[in-house]
Order: sequence, then structure tokens, then C-alpha cells
Amino acid sequence: MTYRIIAEHIYRAIRDKNPEIAKMTLREKVFPTIDAVVADIPDGATIMFGGFGGAGFPNNLIQGLARQGARDLGVISNNCGTGEGELGILFKNNQIRRVVAAFPGPGAKYFQEQFDAGKIELELVPQGILCERMRAFGAGIPAFFSPVGVGTEVARGKEERLIRGKRYILEQALGADYAFIRAYRADHMGNLIYRKAARNFNPIMATAAKSTIVEVEEILATGALDPEAIITPSIFVDRIVQAPGKRYV
Amino acid sequence: MSRARLTREQIAERSALELPDGAYVNLGWGIPNLIASYVPADVTVYFHSENGILGMGPRAKPGEEDFDLVDAMKVPVTLLPGGAYFSQDDAHVMTRGGHLDICILGGLQVSARGDLANWRVPGAKGAGGIGGAMDISVGAQKLIVTMEHTAKDGSPKIVSTCSYPLTAIECVDTIITDVAVLDVTPEGLVLREVAPGFTPEEVQALTEPKLRYSVHVPVMALKPR
Repeated sequence: MTYRIIAEHIYRAIRDKNPEIAKMTLREKVFPTIDAVVADIPDGATIMFGGFGGAGFPNNLIQGLARQGARDLGVISNNCGTGEGELGILFKNNQIRRVVAAFPGPGAKYFQEQFDAGKIELELVPQGILCERMRAFGAGIPAFFSPVGVGTEVARGKEERLIRGKRYILEQALGADYAFIRAYRADHMGNLIYRKAARNFNPIMATAAKSTIVEVEEILATGALDPEAIITPSIFVDRIVQAPGKRYV
Repeated sequence: MSRARLTREQIAERSALELPDGAYVNLGWGIPNLIASYVPADVTVYFHSENGILGMGPRAKPGEEDFDLVDAMKVPVTLLPGGAYFSQDDAHVMTRGGHLDICILGGLQVSARGDLANWRVPGAKGAGGIGGAMDISVGAQKLIVTMEHTAKDGSPKIVSTCSYPLTAIECVDTIITDVAVLDVTPEGLVLREVAPGFTPEEVQALTEPKLRYSVHVPVMALKPR
């Protein structure tokens, strides 16, 4: 029995008596507000967050999740916030238990506090392998052999194999319940384009989560985006909300 | 005879001479980040950034910053004609897949067989972070490490075996320090050049593994300052 994830928000909205969402059609992806689009994220969910170097972070969704208050969350992200900005607020609010990251970052004050207090379970992953594990999941590949980390502490506990005379380690695909991403423009179907280096992890994460939620600068009529220029095709997008970009230093 | 070691800028200046015309290049944090300013006038190279930029240009001028166009250190940069944007996974197809001609990273330790340790000091506080260094080290066609030759306490950073957590094994091709240029070869470390004022014996004294060198080791060519 296939469960259509696209209908999940409708089901939950009816259950939770949220008339604004409940009246949406099955195929409708555009949500009216940030709070509505994150309302049903349950405790314990694993969420991917796009963004790198201050660009392409879904900061409005993160703020919405902070207001919504889901707890015991698992996070997959390149880094772990800058002060209260980006993911910082979720660590400050004690909402996160598990982290998979490449570079938690020197500015991740609240992550560091929680990590030092032993409240965070952390898996450090080389940045390109973080990408590739998500890409594999999105592409239906359960695991793959990689040369990155051979002979280092990253290889600990992983199967090693000699292929054509070179050493490789087995890396597992990485998926999530939700991907929170930021794009530049969407159409009503959910096709996405990004802006400059704000693209970074966002298109990969869109493929690797059961449900992808995107905040965008602007939502256009379906057909308004050049099909040759679309980076993330609509099949990877489940929910869309319009919100102006926010940046933290 | 001058005994001053090279400054970080001079290490960058010497490192820039390793860049061949037309190369695709990734520069890491620290000294490598200074190298872009020293590329010789008759050489054109294309800079890669792991957040999805190829053909990255200089820092954006004050007032002209676009914070959707930043390098891996969060610094607003520019895009040169012919530059391209792509996603982080494609950026690492380029690193891991062996598409970058030269990568230059900072180092904490390099071993005689070219193992690199550059992401974590043992006993340091906090969670640490790997970033893109492991992918870059494994995939670079040529990996150059720039660093001071010795640690702050005077101990060698070029060692027989790394004691710090490793970034990658047998990955370094060339080491450029404040006293020497060295190549990692199957026969061991070869001293290619010394800094002005240094003898091969003096460089050897600052290095743990045995160095191989010829009778006349050239002195680095640097602009007088």
C-alpha cells in the first residue's frame, strides 16, 4: 500500500481541525503561512536543513519550528548555527538531540554548549560524503564505497574493501523525514530555481526526505519558469511557502 | 646571512608559482586563502569553491557584496566571466572525482609518506569539524600543503608518523613552509628549495624524517621586500 505523502498535511489538518489547510486540494502545495507549513512536524522527527556560509538557509522555517516547539529532533546539516541565527535558536531551545554535520562551526555557540553538556549525539561526516549519502538515498542507492576517510577516524566501524587495488570504505545512504530548504523562486507546482551560491545543499536534500518543505522569495504561476533552467523539478517538493530571505552574521 | 623565516604572505607568494596556466584550483583556509593575490600576471587559473562556484573572482568591494555569493569562509566574493554555479554535491564530484588540478590546504602535520592531519588538534575543546578537507585531499590531482615548518613550541610539523587525527593518507605531493619546499616521493621526502638564508642541514634539523637533497639545493625565488 503506497502512502501518498502529499496528502499527509490534509489528513493532519482535518485531524487537528485546521480549516485553512483542510480545505486545500490534494495537489495544492502552497501553504498560507510559515506557522501552517511546519504545524504538524512531530517530536522526534529527523530534518535536513539546507544552507552554507550564511547563504541558502531556510531561516523562516527554522524560526517557525522554534515557535512550534517540536522536540527530540534529529538534524542533518552542514553546520549548526551562528549564535541564535540559522539553527542556533533550535539548539538554544533544547529542541535537538541528534546531529549529522560536516562542520558544526566555531560560531555555533548553543550547539557547543549542548554538545559539551553531553546532550547531543553527534556524527561528523566529510562534507562531500554528506552530500553523496543524501544523493544516494534520493536515488535509491542504499550504500556505496568511497575513498574519503580511509585510514582516518571516519572509517571506524565501516566495512573496508580493496577495489582494483585501492582501499574504500562503505558509506550508508542518508535520508530524513523532512527537508527544510530555501530556494529563490518556485512555481505553484513546486519547480525551483536557486540564486548563486545559495543553492548549495538545498537541491540534494529535496530528493532525500519523505517530505520537502521549501521557503521561497517569490511564487510564480505554473509555467512561468524556464523549463531549461529548473534545478529542482516539482516531484521533489511537497510544500511551498513564500517568505523574504533572512540572513544572520 | 638573513635568518628570518618567510612570512605567511611569502609562503603564499612562493606557493602561487606552483599554479600552471589554465589550472582548476581549490584553496583552503589559512595561508592558502592568501595565494589568489599572488598568481603571476601571465597565468590564469580558475578557482573552485566547495559551496558551488567555479570561476570565483576576488572579494566583493565594500557596498557591492551579495550575500548569496560567498566563498567557503563566508566572505562575499565575485564571479568572473565564464564562472558557474552548481550544487554542493556537484562541487564534490569535482573534488573527489579527481577533476581539480591543484588543491592547496593548510596543515597541522604531514608525515614522511604524505599523510595529512589538518582538522583537529588532539585534546582541543568542542566537537571539531571536518568540512570539505577530506574530500579535497583524497581527490586532488596534486595536493600542496602550506604551513609553518614547526609548531609554536618548536616541534616539527613534518613528522615520521602523524600523531594528530588524520585528514587523509598518502595524499600530499608538495609541502611549502616558511623555510623550504619539499616533495613527497616513493623514496621519501625530497628537499627541493630552501628559504633565503637557510641551509639544507638547518631545514633537516627542523624536520623529523630524513630528507634527501642534492649538493646544491636552490634558494626560493621571492620578490625582495
